[in-house]
Amino acid sequence: MSDVQIDRIDTASLAGPADYIALLKPRVMSLVVFTALVGMVMAPGGIHPVVGFAALLCIAVGAGASGALNMWYDADIDRLMLRTQKRPIPAGRVTESEALAFGLTLAAFSVGCLTVLVNPVAGGLLAFTIFFYVVIYSMWLKRWTPQNIVIGGAAGAFPPVVAWASVTGSVSVESVVLFLIIFMWTPPHFWALALFKSDDYKRAGIPMLPVVAGLAETRRQILIYSVLLAPIGVLPAILGFASLAYGCAAAALGAVFLGMAVRVYRMADSDAAMLPAKRLFAFSIFYLFMLFAMLLVERLAMLAGLSW
Amino acid sequence: MVADLERNRGSEAMPSVDDGIRLTPEQLRRRRARSIAIGLALGALVILFWAVTIVKLGGNVANRSL
Repeated sequence: MSDVQIDRIDTASLAGPADYIALLKPRVMSLVVFTALVGMVMAPGGIHPVVGFAALLCIAVGAGASGALNMWYDADIDRLMLRTQKRPIPAGRVTESEALAFGLTLAAFSVGCLTVLVNPVAGGLLAFTIFFYVVIYSMWLKRWTPQNIVIGGAAGAFPPVVAWASVTGSVSVESVVLFLIIFMWTPPHFWALALFKSDDYKRAGIPMLPVVAGLAETRRQILIYSVLLAPIGVLPAILGFASLAYGCAAAALGAVFLGMAVRVYRMADSDAAMLPAKRLFAFSIFYLFMLFAMLLVERLAMLAGLSW
Repeated sequence: MVADLERNRGSEAMPSVDDGIRLTPEQLRRRRARSIAIGLALGALVILFWAVTIVKLGGNVANRSL
């Protein structure tokens, strides 16, 4: 009897609010909030600041819910990878069922609030985003195909579309272009990471491209997607919802991206340090941030009545 | 109340106060922190719904027929 009690006392929760915040993947969430903000500001018509804030909050919490549900489902492989061993579930601070309940609650609340407070189209798109990330990506593609992140990247590309729909109540070409930029950016970004973290993924048995198809094939695919990404980054200027200045800067950034991808492509198999891959990974974050930051600043300047 | 507890201490069928889960001070502190966080989140939700309601009503409150 007393043994059982001691067990129960030992397993009583030591989780603090910080552990639940970690379940929301705050770093991913910050990128989601940023791209969603750009989508919202770019959308025609404008939105009341309070409603806009509510929409961003719902999108952020929806992204957090996806993160928590992902950590619930992936707890077994997170235990095996050095990169993820310190997450709340593998570290033993939060149980799997607590993470599941937390994620489902936040998912329901974020979709419900976005539907009621903003509009049903945005709410529906957010629900689809969470479904796509948790069910299509985490449960199905991630452990099944080396193209996992290509299709899974769609989940990360949805936030600006959801935010755009929060303003207009619809999906349009411009928001699809924002979607495409993130969608095409995801494979070179994650494969650059997977190149120098492939041991981690191998240990967890995740079929990442470098593990399944080899380093050479991964480098080739990074180059292919970089070739596709560079012109898509310029599309907002070509389609006329960003300025020529944006177009030139995006083209220059795309050229640098492509140059770094070529250097990764030429990297030798024996290269253990993989500096070009690490550089491309770091630059890819800067590239995406810059494209969206330029769109944001340009639109805000236009709304403020300035012109270049 | 105290008398009830005293009476239960001797019997096998009824659990006494000593048999329950006793949380360590650290666990109590974390539970309190979680409770406060939930409270703040619910408070923020109330404020959010209130603010959006006011915004959506806008000037229409004054326009209703009396």
